[in-house]
Amino acid sequence: MSPTPTAAPAIELIGIDKKFGAVHANKNINLTVAKGSIHGIIGENGAGKSTLMSILYGFYHADAGSIRINGQATVIDDSQAAITAGIGMVHQHFMLVENFSVLENVILGVEGGALLGRGVSEARSALKRLETDYGLEVDPDAIIEELPVGLQQRVEILKALYRGAEILILDEPTGVLTPAEADHLFKILGVLRDQGKTIVLITHKLREIMAITDTVSVMRRGEMVATRRTTETTVEELAELMVGRRVLLRVEKGPAAPSDIVLSVRNLTVKDGRGVTMVDNVSFDVRAGEVVGIAGVAGNGQSELLEAITGIRKPASGEILIHGKPVTGFDSARLRALGLGHIPEDRHHMGLVLGFEESENSVLGYHRDSRYGRGPLLDLDACREDAKAKIEKYDIRPPNCRLKTANFSGGNQQKIVVAREIERDPALLVVGQPTRGVDIGAIEFIHRRLIAMRDAGKAVLLVSVELDEIRSLSDRILVMFAGRVVGEKTPDTGEQTLGLMMAGIAA
Amino acid sequence: MENLDLISILGSTIRLSIPLIFTALAGLFTERAGVFDIGLEGKMLFSAFAAAVAAFMTGSPWLGLLAGITVSVLISLIHGFASITNRGNQIVSGVAINFLASGLTAVLGQAWFSQGGRTPPLAASARFTEIVFPYAAELRDTGFLGRFYANIISGHNILTYLAFLAVPASWWVLYRTRFGLRLRAVGENPGAVDTAGISVTFLRYRATICAGILCGCAGTYLSIAQSAGFVKDMSAGKGYIALAALIFAKWRPVPVMLACLLFGFLDAFANFMQGKSVPGIGEVPVQIFQALPYVLTCVLLAGFIGVARPPKAGGVPYVKER
Amino acid sequence: MSTASVPLPNWITYGLMPFLNLVVAFLISGVVVWFIGESPLDAVTLLLQGALGNGEGIGFTLYYATNFIFTGLSVAVAYHAGLFNIGSEGQAYVGGLGAALASLALDHYVPWYVTMPFAVAGAAIFGAAWALIPAWLQAKRGSHIVITTIMFNFIGAAMMVYLLVHVLIVPGKMAPETRVFLEGGQLPKLDWLIAMFGGKLGPAPFNVSFLIALFMCVVVWVLIWRTKLGYEIRTLGASPTAAIYAGIPYVKTVIITMLISGGLAGMMALNPVLGASARLQVEFVGGAGFVGIAVSLMGRSHPLGIVLAAILFGVLYQGGDALSFDMPKITRDMIVVIQGLVILFAGALEYLFRPAIVRVWQRFGKA
Repeated sequence: MSPTPTAAPAIELIGIDKKFGAVHANKNINLTVAKGSIHGIIGENGAGKSTLMSILYGFYHADAGSIRINGQATVIDDSQAAITAGIGMVHQHFMLVENFSVLENVILGVEGGALLGRGVSEARSALKRLETDYGLEVDPDAIIEELPVGLQQRVEILKALYRGAEILILDEPTGVLTPAEADHLFKILGVLRDQGKTIVLITHKLREIMAITDTVSVMRRGEMVATRRTTETTVEELAELMVGRRVLLRVEKGPAAPSDIVLSVRNLTVKDGRGVTMVDNVSFDVRAGEVVGIAGVAGNGQSELLEAITGIRKPASGEILIHGKPVTGFDSARLRALGLGHIPEDRHHMGLVLGFEESENSVLGYHRDSRYGRGPLLDLDACREDAKAKIEKYDIRPPNCRLKTANFSGGNQQKIVVAREIERDPALLVVGQPTRGVDIGAIEFIHRRLIAMRDAGKAVLLVSVELDEIRSLSDRILVMFAGRVVGEKTPDTGEQTLGLMMAGIAA
Repeated sequence: MENLDLISILGSTIRLSIPLIFTALAGLFTERAGVFDIGLEGKMLFSAFAAAVAAFMTGSPWLGLLAGITVSVLISLIHGFASITNRGNQIVSGVAINFLASGLTAVLGQAWFSQGGRTPPLAASARFTEIVFPYAAELRDTGFLGRFYANIISGHNILTYLAFLAVPASWWVLYRTRFGLRLRAVGENPGAVDTAGISVTFLRYRATICAGILCGCAGTYLSIAQSAGFVKDMSAGKGYIALAALIFAKWRPVPVMLACLLFGFLDAFANFMQGKSVPGIGEVPVQIFQALPYVLTCVLLAGFIGVARPPKAGGVPYVKER
Repeated sequence: MSTASVPLPNWITYGLMPFLNLVVAFLISGVVVWFIGESPLDAVTLLLQGALGNGEGIGFTLYYATNFIFTGLSVAVAYHAGLFNIGSEGQAYVGGLGAALASLALDHYVPWYVTMPFAVAGAAIFGAAWALIPAWLQAKRGSHIVITTIMFNFIGAAMMVYLLVHVLIVPGKMAPETRVFLEGGQLPKLDWLIAMFGGKLGPAPFNVSFLIALFMCVVVWVLIWRTKLGYEIRTLGASPTAAIYAGIPYVKTVIITMLISGGLAGMMALNPVLGASARLQVEFVGGAGFVGIAVSLMGRSHPLGIVLAAILFGVLYQGGDALSFDMPKITRDMIVVIQGLVILFAGALEYLFRPAIVRVWQRFGKA
């Protein structure tokens, strides 16, 4: 069913602008969504999709711009105003009280009076009605934390509908769902649309966009770059719009000379904190002298794979071997001792202690090493000398090892991490998003360093959501989708082919 | 054991439990709303002082109660200002309140009355005195049930009955009203409350005010019902025992009452056992009973008796903007 | 919109803001003094004279400060690991047992300098032992260390009273305390130190524990900033996720940190037990463990700051004593009020002036 081009659009965002400190999350965004349609907003992580929708829901305040709902100029300065305007939101991280029943969660904020009795029984019958109208079955007395995530999400949808939402925003709704659950969700969304609701679906998964949306907008780096009718676009076009035509940072490199196997991953399965399987029976090898890139859209299990290999998360099953020695379940200190270097995906939470001096961060993880002090003592002079050498070699600016790490720019912070991990000359280097939030100059520098590692006969495992980066650095590319490795390709494989694999469409 | 006078032990169990029940219920409101409340002790002490002073000045226990509650609510608001508005460390704020209470009551007491921090003894009319139920005197000597009626059911002051009413009332507020639903929600997931269009800040302030009222009753009970005036540091750690009881009861109203009665009983039994010896064992040190509430709570916290799951958002200031 | 993320220079964060907080705490204390009908200025004068006016006053001031240095260090070490040890009070109390047992065992046979290392070790070991269970509960079971250390304060108090009343008491005596230690079980006074500055110590119990406290400041400084363990402690406190990344073992680090913290608290007992009263008495800690929280907060968990804050509180304690002598309306409890205000403003309300300072800074500071 195509959107009915009647009346005023359900949502109009005009000139929305939002900054978080130095981060320009939304740049002058304009968006129109027709009533009774499913509108997809697609973009990579950090493209500004969630921020935009949080502004629409009154959770953040836009620095500039205005909002019109059903043609009416509407000020949405808090969630209450959004609810009043008929907007409901299903957050990526559910806003549910886990030890409450479904019913209690549904009525929270719309209890229908100071006492619960009457409101609760009304809500009970309203839930029955919603259940039959939209096929949203869920036991109203079940406790949330005992429900599977798919049902928890259904409760979020019920919450919005119970509040009379005519516009429903779903932020990455399938991230936590199994494929079957996701299909069921899409069915429900279709029913809702057919009953006249307007739905905004935020996602980075192309398959979902193609499957259920009527129109789609693409965001990239805080900007709205295009809006298309879904029937008139293709996965290829969307993928290109999402990623953008970037300056190709080709790295000069010769052919790889892979030798012995350094890292072996055998039937690895990893679950996240909620017990959802994120890595599903994955096996691969990385040899000395090659870069193996793992491509995939964020959230398909790459992070958990990295965490399992580097000793941060215990795998649920399977085996990890380094130089043929089983190391499954080792902590990161033991793995480092075996020659594993790790450039983590998130330098702010893992790779660095932002409140520390630069020199202190330049030894993080290696601080027990005898070169940084005899016995129990930490030799700060040795740390600082070491840091100074790295600052020199990696051109870290400002060249001041006593400066607090938080005061370095993103690119220089990343160089601190890269310098630390590479200078230890590890046999195996595991790298996650090495150039996220890093300026062009630093990107080139880091890329050259990684290739130099390969040429020095080290095994490099690279995870990145930047397809360009994967293609220009890797000697072999593994594509991950929904926790599985869905194929192996050579780096000269076309962007389109890889994009389709990443979207779970082709193998 | 000779002279094991069950009725009199139960009677003093009730008397010793009342301040614990009020205070633990106070903690129930703040902690279920996600605000740690180490300052229960201080609020109790402040209100005990205020109640005694007001009752002495006006001669009315009811004005004493009003003063006790008012001061305790004001202190709660300071705690709220530090921990909700300023997003300060809630434990530090509680510790500060306990210091202030201990110091300020003594300083003001000495400055105003010059009796070593005490307030002058109150006349019976300025106190909450025992209420004797009909026929209590007649039934006192008619066997166990009669004594039970005369000493356990009858013969307490109004605040005692109020404390036992406060338990079902708290339950009702927490589980049967809109306010209670939101309060329990904000202690678990303030984001859920915020996205439902409810102010987290205002809700938490109201929770601390509830705690202030209940602590006010506890302090008032200490100084103008149980005793006839304020004595320096008269709360004597009861706020902490109440905190232990609250944890022991896993943050639920009726178990809170039972835990307070248990801890009150231990206290009463310790008093009873003082100087008595048990055949075969000898004298049981009173300190064992004093330590038992805390030992039991630690054993519970260690997960050996079920799991005490504190409110998830407890102690964490709510920050929306990233 | 939000001022929380605006960076400020160190001299504002570590200098101006704590100073302003302290000023407010003292101003309000002055209001309390004025409210009960005394002159705040006179009170300050009397207080300073009492605390610093002569050798004896200084002796008492430094005696109190010694207690607070130990407990302040105890709180600070735990705080560096992100742990809130509110149990220094109980750890010091139990530490007194270890110190006293060493003195009771040795004072007949050896001079004080032989007893001292055993007393130090006894105090530290017993204090550490009292922190072990809360530490283990936090590390292994996730029980909140604030709650468990509070519980252990009370359990420790009950245990110590029991021991003093039933076990350690001198037969035939009423007072629940041990016998008086002979000279071999005491720590000598530092009258020579005061004499060096031309003062007379008089009856003030200022003793060798002060030097031990200063030595421990150096030890803690080295531990936190010059050892690998200290590096791990600080990493754990600053970023638990980075600690996992760096392979820093959580359970082991938490337990070791708390043992050190408890040991430092326990050593506080040397001062009153071996240095002043020469016997173990009921409730000898007298709230010094809680003062340690204020001292550590004010001293920003740095040994140098802790020494300064401890001396400030020493001045308040001793000066408060003198003050209550001359101004009967102001009792010693006034010190407790000031402490409460300092903890409130320097601790819980530490960001009170930040938004205002940020606005001023953005207007004028950067120009």
